[in-house]
Amino acid sequence: MKRDSTHRNATGGGISAALKSVALENADGSLISARGLVKTFGQLRAVDGIDFSVGKGEAFGLLGPNGAGKSTAMRMVASVSKRTGGELSILGMDPSLRGPDIRAHLGVVPQEDNLDLEISVRENLVVYGRYFGLPFSYLRPKAEELIDFAQLREKAREKVDNLSGGMKRRLTIARALVNEPDILLLDEPTTGLDPQARHVLWDRLFRLKEAGVTLVITTHYMDEAEQLCDRLVVMDRGHIMAEGTPASLIREHSSREVVELRFGSGRNEGTAAAISAAGLLGEGDRVEVLPDRLLVYTQEGEATLARVVASGQRPITSLVRRSSLEDVFLRLTGRSLVE
Amino acid sequence: MRGVYAGRPHAVLHRSFVALKTSNWFIIVTGFFEPLFYLLSFGLGLGGLIGAVTGPDGRPVSYAAFIAPALLATSAMNGAIYDATWNIFFKMRFAKLYDAMVATSLGTLDIALGEIAFALLRGLAYATAFTAVMYAMGLVHSAWGLLCIPAALVVAFGFAACGMAVTSYMKTFQQMDWITFILLPMFLFSATFYPITVYPEAIQILVRALPLWHGIALMRGLALGPPGPELLWDLLYFGVMIVIGLFVTARRLERLFMR
Repeated sequence: MKRDSTHRNATGGGISAALKSVALENADGSLISARGLVKTFGQLRAVDGIDFSVGKGEAFGLLGPNGAGKSTAMRMVASVSKRTGGELSILGMDPSLRGPDIRAHLGVVPQEDNLDLEISVRENLVVYGRYFGLPFSYLRPKAEELIDFAQLREKAREKVDNLSGGMKRRLTIARALVNEPDILLLDEPTTGLDPQARHVLWDRLFRLKEAGVTLVITTHYMDEAEQLCDRLVVMDRGHIMAEGTPASLIREHSSREVVELRFGSGRNEGTAAAISAAGLLGEGDRVEVLPDRLLVYTQEGEATLARVVASGQRPITSLVRRSSLEDVFLRLTGRSLVE
Repeated sequence: MRGVYAGRPHAVLHRSFVALKTSNWFIIVTGFFEPLFYLLSFGLGLGGLIGAVTGPDGRPVSYAAFIAPALLATSAMNGAIYDATWNIFFKMRFAKLYDAMVATSLGTLDIALGEIAFALLRGLAYATAFTAVMYAMGLVHSAWGLLCIPAALVVAFGFAACGMAVTSYMKTFQQMDWITFILLPMFLFSATFYPITVYPEAIQILVRALPLWHGIALMRGLALGPPGPELLWDLLYFGVMIVIGLFVTARRLERLFMR
């Protein structure tokens, strides 16, 4: 029967000082450290022996398609799911022994919003803060601060049911910040949002990143990973396929540029062979055949495209672009991120 | 205990009070009137035909005074069960409320205790109002009668704890209807409207195993008095219900939401 002493002593703005005065980190200085982490559900090995570590102030990403094991890994870090095997240390504690103590210092944004629909926006923040044992004297001003952060001032008294998807998402993030967490965990933060709502959300997350909040983000959107993550791991079928910064991953696993060519259905395969055979590709260039288009990985996109056209091939559409994490994923797994 | 209990069921209870103002008050109020209507129709209406019946101590009492404590126990049960079953079912399966709670530093026992506390407060509210009606109608014959209120709290706690535990196994609305299907005959046959001695010996043993019978015996003993030591067995019965209900509920919450 233990109360969280850091929170019980915290009043008003003093919570930051109270939280920060305790050095909560692993022996190696990281905030999260996983070694050979495994989670099985019956026969399914959802997470199959992964290693990663997250440092203070870092924005760390888990990129992969649906079913890659990202959310399962995230739930273990959130200390709401017990690992089947391997080692996991969060803020210097073992989650299977000290779940509530770890969760006191985490902010969790789940994949599906689980806001309290029966109560108002403001009440959601205060009630959730009470779950952490935070005093009303701290929560009342904190709720106002977070309402502004979530840009929900006009909706503060409304029931959550009446909010749009983007607003709900922002409130979920604001709610996760109520205990001033050391680590903010975001599981697919922008899935299901329209492009405008996504950009508003990214802006909020950027501000947190600038403020030095440690972020862990799972996503299957490569643009989200590129924009928000300092470092990321690419996951597929429970395994980590690669790790690095977005730029280094692209450098290591893809070419500088990509030419996308569409020749119409049924013609892509044959044309790919023809392009390779005609010697139109430079040193290290390669062609990837997708159902709807060809991807030519090359150092000089424009020059390669010019050679293809000069050889007599007539693509219906063509596009030269920089390589992205999508290409990295395709290279590593032979599949697309979003299917 | 560490890991399942953080000493904060009051935070969960606070949430229920905040959400209370958007609740359907009509449903909450009907929970009080239901036993009252039984008391008026059976106690006064049917009671006029029946006359006096034998009370727990062998002396004759009016029929209304005989069934009133039983209806009091039933109202405590109903108040607790409404919240601990249907409301909890909705929160577990649809509102994702507990998914959010387990991600905080609450333990599953905090959640179970907080939710059950609210359910039993509702049972207590019904029981208190009903006890007031019993006093107003002159149906309380014992000086111990006021103890019906704390006793109602115990009865409500037992039903709330077990109700939430059972609800945690329910997956569909059809399964939830089973609870009603079990509660109605229990209400009718737990020696509510006539003494248990009308049953043959074998049936009596069966009825004595039912939780509502113990609630009714407890209330009847307190309201019509004088209460004998056998009421301690009734209290023990609810003590066991409370402990098992809480334990199972906390375990089930962990199974369901912390996979």
